[in-house]
Amino acid sequence: MGVLQIHLSGGEPASRRDLVEIVASAREAGLYTNLITSAIGLDLPRLARLMQVGLDHVQLSLQDVQADGADHIAGYSGAHERKLVFAKSVVELGLALTVNTVIHRANIGSIAALVEMAASLGAGRVEIAHAQYYGWALRNRQALMPTRDQVGRAMQEVAQIRSRYQGRIVIDLVVPDYYARRPKACMGGWGHRSLNVTPSGRVLPCHAAETIPGLRFWSVRDRPLAEIWSDSPAFQAFRGTGWMPEPCRSCEMREIDHGGCRCQAMAIVGDAAATDPACELSPHHDWMQLLAGQESSHPATAYVYRGRIPRDGATAIPAR
Amino acid sequence: MPDARAPVLPERPRLAPGVRLHFDTTRNAWVLLGPERVIETEGPASEILRRCDGSRTVGQIVDELTALYTADRAEIEGDVNDMLAELATKRMLA
Repeated sequence: MGVLQIHLSGGEPASRRDLVEIVASAREAGLYTNLITSAIGLDLPRLARLMQVGLDHVQLSLQDVQADGADHIAGYSGAHERKLVFAKSVVELGLALTVNTVIHRANIGSIAALVEMAASLGAGRVEIAHAQYYGWALRNRQALMPTRDQVGRAMQEVAQIRSRYQGRIVIDLVVPDYYARRPKACMGGWGHRSLNVTPSGRVLPCHAAETIPGLRFWSVRDRPLAEIWSDSPAFQAFRGTGWMPEPCRSCEMREIDHGGCRCQAMAIVGDAAATDPACELSPHHDWMQLLAGQESSHPATAYVYRGRIPRDGATAIPAR
Repeated sequence: MPDARAPVLPERPRLAPGVRLHFDTTRNAWVLLGPERVIETEGPASEILRRCDGSRTVGQIVDELTALYTADRAEIEGDVNDMLAELATKRMLA
């Protein structure tokens, strides 16, 4: 099939007891192996074993620069300190490190400090990833959504610090799209560049694809991966341009942004085959921007966590 | 303080941690793999990259490429320096 890279993600991949075997097997297959971790549950001896079997790269999530704010966001006391110790171990072992921070209302003012922290930890790359509102971020959107002004300032700030850090650390940006005029090229196109295998073996075109009702996913337990990639109904559903409605169908950007994000169309418009409402040509664009503006001024500051009972004051948006 | 825009090349360049050259049999081509990066390389580029192993100086890499290709040494030296500088800017060299 020509797959070149594998990202071991989650949840938390360190909770897999067979993580070392998975990495070893991926490397034997020639894959570039990237571990995306919170560092919680991954001790130094296991990290060293991962390196021995050929792990190529570690991506560590940090929530903020100060421990109190970061631990509040993570919902885990002491997490930040453990992550910093882990980052130092990764670099000392000679492994490549990326620091990833998901940006939202509570930490959007810390971007410059986060980049400096990543550089001083010895990371070669930092990912400033504005929250994408699917899954748990969608449930917490009222507490996470930044204002339009905050997003504008944050984008300017990244442009400025990029040149300051050139050659020292690579800064990759995942752009916010709630205030955008055109949609992101989600996944580089549906069923075009990447696939996602869940722990149960189901193969998804993206990690949030299960939020779209009616899609049929095939499993690696039943069929070869190459057949799933080429023929499964879920991959064929939005591949290419044939599924597109207007204004996408005749848009000159259709091969570039691929009509944006199907899961976002589902979450906001209620129709996965609609034009991504992040696009100003979508009839639902104004509604999405209004929604973002309203939620950015919502007083909520508490979060709803995966697998935990909400704290007082947390306002969960029911799953659609 | 040196200008961050003009990276200083390592004396004996090698690929940075987390960056490796891989021959992909499906594409029948050398690809440079890094975090969230895939760079397809061809001909001279892969010949340069394969020599970035920390044992050769930039001058030795240029000499070996000169023996391999018909272009004159000065031209090859310029190409090698440009490519290494670009990789250094992307933090793909150590």
